[in-house]
Amino acid sequence: MIEVDAVIIGGGIVGASAALFLGKAGRRVALLERDFCGSHSSGVNYGGVRRQGRPLSQLPLSQRAHEIWSQLPQLIGIDGEYQRSGHLKLARSLNDLRALQEYADSSQGFGLDLQVLDRNALRARFPWVGEVAVGASFCPDDGHANPRLVSPAFARAARLQGAQVHEQCAVTAVDHDGQRFRVRTQTGLELRASWLLNCAGAWAGSLAAQFGEPVPMHSGHPAMLVTEPLPLVMDASTGVEGGGIYARQVARGNCVLGGGQGFALDDARARPGQSAVLDILRQAVALYPFLEGAQAIRTWSGTEGYLPDRQPVIGHSRTQPGLLHAFGFAGAGFQIGPAVGQALTEIICSGASTASLDAFSITRFHSISVA
Amino acid sequence: MKPVVIIGAGPAGIRAAQTLVAHGIRPVLLDEAAHGGGQIYRRQPANFKRSPVKLYGFEARKASALHQTIDSLREQLDYRPETLVWNAEDGALDTLQQGRAARLEYSRVIGATGATDRILPVPGWTLPGVYSLGAAQIALKFQGCAIGERVVFAGSGPLLYLVAYQYARAGAKVMAVLDSSPFGAQARALPGLLSQPATLAKGIYYRGWLTAHGIPVHQGASLTAVNGEQRVQSVSWSNGKGQQPLVCDAVAFAHGLRSETQLADLLGCEFSWSPLNRAWLPQRDSAGRSSVAQVYLAGDGAGIMGADAAEMAGERAALALLEDQGYMIPAQRPAQLEQALERIGDFRQGLERAFAFPEDWATGVADHLIVCRCEEIRAGEIRAVVREGHWEINRVKAHCRVGMGRCQGRMCGTAAAEIIACESRRAISDIGRLRAQAPIKPLPFGLETEA
Ligand SMILES: Cc1cc2nc3c(=O)[nH]c(=O)nc-3n(C[C@H](O)[C@H](O)[C@H](O)COP(=O)(O)OP(=O)(O)OC[C@H]3O[C@@H](n4cnc5c(N)ncnc54)[C@H](O)[C@@H]3O)c2cc1C
Ligand SMILES: Cc1cc2nc3c(=O)[nH]c(=O)nc-3n(C[C@H](O)[C@H](O)[C@H](O)COP(=O)(O)OP(=O)(O)OC[C@H]3O[C@@H](n4cnc5c(N)ncnc54)[C@H](O)[C@@H]3O)c2cc1C
Repeated sequence: MIEVDAVIIGGGIVGASAALFLGKAGRRVALLERDFCGSHSSGVNYGGVRRQGRPLSQLPLSQRAHEIWSQLPQLIGIDGEYQRSGHLKLARSLNDLRALQEYADSSQGFGLDLQVLDRNALRARFPWVGEVAVGASFCPDDGHANPRLVSPAFARAARLQGAQVHEQCAVTAVDHDGQRFRVRTQTGLELRASWLLNCAGAWAGSLAAQFGEPVPMHSGHPAMLVTEPLPLVMDASTGVEGGGIYARQVARGNCVLGGGQGFALDDARARPGQSAVLDILRQAVALYPFLEGAQAIRTWSGTEGYLPDRQPVIGHSRTQPGLLHAFGFAGAGFQIGPAVGQALTEIICSGASTASLDAFSITRFHSISVA
Repeated sequence: MKPVVIIGAGPAGIRAAQTLVAHGIRPVLLDEAAHGGGQIYRRQPANFKRSPVKLYGFEARKASALHQTIDSLREQLDYRPETLVWNAEDGALDTLQQGRAARLEYSRVIGATGATDRILPVPGWTLPGVYSLGAAQIALKFQGCAIGERVVFAGSGPLLYLVAYQYARAGAKVMAVLDSSPFGAQARALPGLLSQPATLAKGIYYRGWLTAHGIPVHQGASLTAVNGEQRVQSVSWSNGKGQQPLVCDAVAFAHGLRSETQLADLLGCEFSWSPLNRAWLPQRDSAGRSSVAQVYLAGDGAGIMGADAAEMAGERAALALLEDQGYMIPAQRPAQLEQALERIGDFRQGLERAFAFPEDWATGVADHLIVCRCEEIRAGEIRAVVREGHWEINRVKAHCRVGMGRCQGRMCGTAAAEIIACESRRAISDIGRLRAQAPIKPLPFGLETEA
């Protein structure tokens, strides 16, 4: 039997950063991961580390994450190929450009320093962008990183900080005896703790349901592909207003692109799907003409949890004291993940998160009180 | 109605097609190559006029028979050469043909995707002038040119002597054959090899011919480095008695063959570890049925058995498919084929003993050796990731990019697995299997698609 202060279910970037910050705060933690830490969404995502485009309610947390990202080497021991290249959100119509302008106006004061570029300014500054873009909004300090390296490194840092990290160790049963949680794993471990953190990503719904607060979460599978190394052209990570194809170029020269949805192979594995892959290959050239003639060498996808309002659930359970949820990041949890781990740590260590989590309460799905 | 589709027009695929046609089915036969024949019976371009005997030697009759088969079936088949299957999903295959992407639904599919060389890299292997044995043979058979004037052949496996022989016959100067398997192993393997006396005789013939023509054949000899500035100038090899230099301008090397299994993986087939092949292979029953109901597997793509076995396995898989589809099939034929395949299986066991895989290869690999050519990953980088506690091959790939490049691990997967197993002190079968990811070969941006 293992006694700790907090048991964390899920070794993605959210659970691992919670383990790291709790460890730093001197708490005894056990991080339980069914597979390998950072091998699901957190390790296979597109790698966009951006604040631009998030709902305003996420910006305080996202801004804190932004500060954490700037400390990455001190925090996790590697730079994770993180670079503040800037994030360029392209508009394909004047309507879209207007929407970007409105976002720039309404997000003032959150520290994004957005610059809205008209067609000429865009051409002058980013000549590699295709003619279909009529303008853009640029966030100079957003950027991108390598998720394959960053997310596992959070778990590694947590371990070095004293957290017990158990991989290939699925949680199979959880109950609460009135005082503490009792957690059992497939490998035969039994753990007790007064805090339980549900950071199980797209799989977090079953635990919430077990504690009487089911959530309408579904899984999505963003399609990704990567090219062979190309001459360095893109000096910013990009996205498109209204959705579409997003692209970035890594220092080695490979371009990573995403767009559209794949499909689930089973509960834990996903593939990008031929139709999304073909769509990217056909349509990317209009946005990024330098890709003409380039080749895609690999495709992949992941399993991500989405709630209907595309906002995550972060914070206290409504039904069970000591239970904290953090899941449902809707394709955007990589950037914000470390700040979520920090917020959970604050709840445990000082009673409340300094950034407001009101918008993310699980109670929003249970407005009619059962009691 | 959705067609029956065969992937691969090598010996296995062609015999499968012939068997289906004989029962009144018109299959689609997809092949990446421009002409049917597969790897061993690869055809020369139309403007080349060498005789079959010159091209295929002992195998000339079989090669001609197979080529005639596919030519005569032309009208009864929907044969699509130069068509890459890059993905399989949801009961359909995704193809690329001359820059056009298309989707082909199937009722049942026979995978006959064949094999490629199994490579264990050595320092200098990325220099111009270094080829795999298979590529050296293709250069000769297909393009009609040798890879160099003074060529060294190294590694192990039956192709080693065969290709050296073919080069010597074609007029190249074969500087030496360096066979990494010790002589003792080959003597011990003899009983198993006797189950296929004709094939064994050929092997003995090639080696005898080489020796008789004054070509040095060294056993227990491993290639240790390829040297040169701009291209190959010499090799170093060792046989336990120290390093020996050897001047040459080209090298061909490989340690046997490895099955092309990505499509089976994308098709959803279950895999299991094959100690004989030292590889993960898609499961199949003795008839060629995979773990997925509509998917059949035949030939070297599901386990290395050679060309004769591929022909039989292709026919056997087609019969299984016909049977499953409710056709009457000749009563005796399946058992005959399976017995013959079993005999070749025994032979294959013998071959594996004769041309033993150097299981301790990874222990002698220097950290600076480039293992993954596409991503330029060195052995030391793989080891460093393992020392951080990682041992699962996809996980190691995620951390250091080995196998992430355009060959998707076809070239480096074997070597990477050996290094990971050695460094993590796990059995080679305990480090997991590289998962296949589409596309099987690179796809161009701006491709056209069906309306
Ligand atoms: C393809 C793709 C592209 C994306 N692109 C971006 C992007 O560019 N920028 C961005 O900010 N975000 C992006 N995201 C979203 C981001 O990756 C996720 O929001 C984030 O990684 C979520 O982290 P997590 O820790 O909650 O989940 P995960 O990383 O999924 O971790 C949850 C973990 O819980 C484990 N688990 C589940 N059940 C159990 C159990 N019973 N016992 C033990 N362990 C269990 C799982 O194995 C898993 O490892 C993308 C997501 C995907 C899939
Ligand atoms: C280069 C090379 C040379 C060889 N030479 C000899 C030799 O001289 N003597 C000998 O005994 N054995 C030789 N072998 C061994 C040989 O592989 C087998 O004995 C025999 O060819 C196996 O037949 P098969 O039908 O299983 O596969 P193959 O003959 O390999 O045929 C498979 C076919 O499938 C096609 N294919 C594979 N994947 C796809 C895809 N995704 N989409 C579309 N098409 C696809 C390939 O292009 C190929 O035409 C050689 C092997 C190689 C790799």
